[in-house]
Amino acid sequence: MSQAVKARKAALPEKQSPGKLALTVLFAVISVAWMMPIIIVLYNSFKENGFVNANVFALPNRESFVGLNNYVNGITFGNYPFYNSAGYSVYITIVSTGLILLCTSMAAWYISRVNDLFSRIVYYLCVFSMVVPFQMVMFTLANTARELHLDTPWTIPVVYLGFGAGLAVFMFVGFVKSIPIDIEEAAAIDGCSPMRTFFSVVLPMMKPTLISVGVLEIMWVWNDYLLPYLVLDQTKYKTIPIHIQYLQGSYGRVDLGATMALIILSLIPIIVFYLSCQKHIIKGVAAGAVKG
Amino acid sequence: MTKKKRSAGAVTSPLIRRPIQRRFAIFLLPTFVCFCIGFLWPFLQGLYLSLNKFTTTSNAEWVGFGNYVKAWNDPGFRAAFGYTARVAVVSLVLINVLAFFVAYALTREIRGSSLFRGVFFVPNLIGGIVLGYIWKTIIDSVLPVSMSIQAEYGFWGLIVVMCWQQVGYMMIIYIAGLQAVPEDMLEAARIDGANGWKTLWYITLPNVMPSITICTFLSLTNGFKLYDQNLVLTNGAPVRRGIGATEMLALNIAKTFSTANQRGVAQAKAVLFFILVTTIALIQLWATRRKEVQQ
Repeated sequence: MSQAVKARKAALPEKQSPGKLALTVLFAVISVAWMMPIIIVLYNSFKENGFVNANVFALPNRESFVGLNNYVNGITFGNYPFYNSAGYSVYITIVSTGLILLCTSMAAWYISRVNDLFSRIVYYLCVFSMVVPFQMVMFTLANTARELHLDTPWTIPVVYLGFGAGLAVFMFVGFVKSIPIDIEEAAAIDGCSPMRTFFSVVLPMMKPTLISVGVLEIMWVWNDYLLPYLVLDQTKYKTIPIHIQYLQGSYGRVDLGATMALIILSLIPIIVFYLSCQKHIIKGVAAGAVKG
Repeated sequence: MTKKKRSAGAVTSPLIRRPIQRRFAIFLLPTFVCFCIGFLWPFLQGLYLSLNKFTTTSNAEWVGFGNYVKAWNDPGFRAAFGYTARVAVVSLVLINVLAFFVAYALTREIRGSSLFRGVFFVPNLIGGIVLGYIWKTIIDSVLPVSMSIQAEYGFWGLIVVMCWQQVGYMMIIYIAGLQAVPEDMLEAARIDGANGWKTLWYITLPNVMPSITICTFLSLTNGFKLYDQNLVLTNGAPVRRGIGATEMLALNIAKTFSTANQRGVAQAKAVLFFILVTTIALIQLWATRRKEVQQ
């Protein structure tokens, strides 16, 4: 692995041409500018509220610097503390993604291997659901979820599985169709039950698609605003996007310093997630581009 | 041949098909039930309710296409359509031009290009609400008046936010396309004495057409479906004579739903919105298919 990297580095010309060097410098400047909004929020999260309002661009100085006060205040202020929202967001994202991966990969295997009329109908309905905008079902879905008592963080993964099944089933079916059936036949001849065949033969082969779909679902659920806003009982449960929107909307006088701190807190999981699996994320996102 | 031979690309065989089919309740049923709850039933109910007057799902009263007529004649809805189309087209052009040139520059084997790619992609991971809030704070403090007061500021603010979010995403797709351009074609052009611009125009661009198609439609649908950023930046304000100057379609529909006696009209608007988005998707499918045939 490291040898391959070294070989590639050696293949690059030792000295870059002046034009390429200029490009590197140009992009270094643009990159810093590109990150500016996040950097501004970061240093504002250490400034006292009044100073954030007065001038967002000013760096914190001895007068305006408040250390971690904004973070401490931000997590606890208001009648709905931020740590509740963060907890629900983490829980909903993990459980929904897990549920979607498990159920839709099983369903996709059934659909491609059984391939009867019913399976094909379900498959085409899933493909169809990918193009339907959320506004089309926003009222009726919220109603259905409430009637079936799915309006809590513990049950909302069911709604996510239902509305998000389309893309996941589509991607898994595409993959299952590409793997040779002989391996599964061999497992069946050796006496494996369908369950065993799926979990010890098919699922391990699905790993690249599992990662791609997982990345897409995590990013969708974590950032989703309207679905949880409509489905969840707002007085009891909030997620991070709902919390941020609630702060800016109906809070009256908002502590801007604390809000900046909360934005940074909500970005940390994303940045960590990105840094730890950048390759997979970019691959997954590119694979999801087909959904259109 | 007496024995019926299975074709090479078979996706099923009787040997494994039967046993799986007997496990229907474990494999397909959970997803199917959730799909019915989370999509199929709400979708069908939505279609039905768009032909009714209702405040809750239980007091629906048949009005035929009355809601559609009302939706069509609603000046707010028409204004939202025009505004959405303007946002979608302007953002489409800017995002794709920027993303293409960033991708083009970053595939030139310059130092640090993978780091730069990573940086450009980051905004894409941030959700619309948080992203909108960050930019609202910054933009409103640069401008003399808030975006919610001056509609033109609201428009360009939204465009800036959309570019910041989507350029990195489209860049990834363009990079994949650019890397697939055959090296020998570029080499041949160079030997024939074509300069950089000519190579770009006659060799590179035709070869990345599939990526251009994908990105064009992606940014178009993203533009039409935009909701979160619109809600956070201006929430449709400024409002004149009941019409939000910066209100996009998705926001207009959501706001109509929140008025109890307008829900039928809102649902009709949602159906029209669905037809619009699906039409774009179908044109995309047709355009992509046509390209595949040619190659």
